[in-house]
Amino acid sequence: MYVAVKGGETAIANAHRLLADRRRGDRSLPSITIEQIVAQLGLAVDRVMAEASLYDRAIAALAIRQSRGDMIEAIFILRAYRTTLPRFGYSVPVETAAMQVERRVSATYKDLPGGQLLGPTFDYTHRLLDPALLQDGPVEQPLQRDGEQEPVMRVADILAGEDLVEGDGDLPAGHVPGDLTREPLEFPMPRDLRLQALARGDEGFLLSLGYSTQRGYGNNHPFVGEVRMGEVEVELELPELGFAVSLGRIQVTECQMITQFKGSAKSPPQFTRGYGLVFGQNERKAMSMSLVDRALRTAEFEEDVVSPAQDEEFVISHADNVQATGFVEHLKLPHYVDFQAELDLMRRMRREHEAKSTEEPGEDVLEAAQ
Amino acid sequence: MVSSVTRPASGIAPERRKAAMGLLAKATRHELDEAWKALPQRPDAEPVRGPETGLVMVRGRIGGGGQPFNLGEVTATRASVRLDGVVGHGQALGTDGEKARLAAVFDALLQLPEHAPAVERLLADIAARIAAEDARKARETAATRVDFFTMVRGDD
Repeated sequence: MYVAVKGGETAIANAHRLLADRRRGDRSLPSITIEQIVAQLGLAVDRVMAEASLYDRAIAALAIRQSRGDMIEAIFILRAYRTTLPRFGYSVPVETAAMQVERRVSATYKDLPGGQLLGPTFDYTHRLLDPALLQDGPVEQPLQRDGEQEPVMRVADILAGEDLVEGDGDLPAGHVPGDLTREPLEFPMPRDLRLQALARGDEGFLLSLGYSTQRGYGNNHPFVGEVRMGEVEVELELPELGFAVSLGRIQVTECQMITQFKGSAKSPPQFTRGYGLVFGQNERKAMSMSLVDRALRTAEFEEDVVSPAQDEEFVISHADNVQATGFVEHLKLPHYVDFQAELDLMRRMRREHEAKSTEEPGEDVLEAAQ
Repeated sequence: MVSSVTRPASGIAPERRKAAMGLLAKATRHELDEAWKALPQRPDAEPVRGPETGLVMVRGRIGGGGQPFNLGEVTATRASVRLDGVVGHGQALGTDGEKARLAAVFDALLQLPEHAPAVERLLADIAARIAAEDARKARETAATRVDFFTMVRGDD
């Protein structure tokens, strides 16, 4: 219960002024620019865009600067910003098969059309601090390799020929994709809505849940069929023209996770799939998402729900870090009246308890002994 | 009923216009500004709508090729202008209203035979710049391709 209390205005105004000072910090240092955040803290920007569910690098960078690097605060600011804008419509689905690929690796096939393209990855680095970065020394240009580049074939298409792996996800004909920004969540939910919730879910939460499935809480033995990252075209249907027009390109990361499945009454033994698609460059999130997507498909494969990662209502209800931080952090707001009521109750209970124990000392001793 | 002030679009094929609008969306603000300044005569563009910034919900496909799902939103800005009796539409990712307005201006100019060649030159420049950037990125990515080789185990 909240009660309007007056008297905090000056303290709040002064606190915000102090916050602005601390955010800026030492005035003898140059202020960090939006362009610098986009260019040099790009993966932080990508994470904020993904979990805010709003792709705009400059605005995400502004939010990071405003929030002093507090990622969830930045995500919160972006979520608030998006509510101020009208919705123009839904894009034509992006085609990840036609991606301008900057990275693609497969853990299931060594030699596959398009090859293993490492791209700009932290993999195989030694994770040793680099003292050279204390200075602002010159950085070499990347190497280039000429020659014909073959199309980067989807691993799902390579496997599809043998019919040993399930196809891309189908839903009943005429199914309209659900939109959790428009409709309240209801459980159980179709897979499309789950994927929307997971795509904006907290990376740490999904990482831990994905990890839990690997450790035995969810019956998964996954392989990364492929991870790919690069740019895809966003097209919007323009009713006044009668055709779809490109708005430009966005960077996304996609993960196809493949999991063995022994079969059920409905389906033969086959490989099943989990899917991850995330704004920006973020394969940890895309991989986690694909693990959790697969774990949540228990109903489709007649699997028992025995682990947290398989519990749709638990996972989806707690994946959103803006909701989570709102409810956790509201605890620090004034609850004076609530607490006064509880305090009164506690005093009464204590009085009754004490009165009872002085009346019947024997009974208490007996209870303790049991 | 055809409005007396609106000329019909000059028989421009939808595919050509779609490609042109896609390139204008990917143009930089600088490219559009410079092309506008370089025009020998700059007709007055009357605003019809916007520029206005909003959101487009980007859709993906389950499994990459299956049923659509809503991935997340992206900022986009659109504008429409009327110019010498034709209407042009501009739209692009981001929040740059002037870029969307200029894209709409060039979309309108493309429909006017006297201006189309200048717009085509601009489009060719944008396409060439994008192709060069894509090719450079592709070559940089190709340099990180793994060339597996097999260690032959000696039998003797």
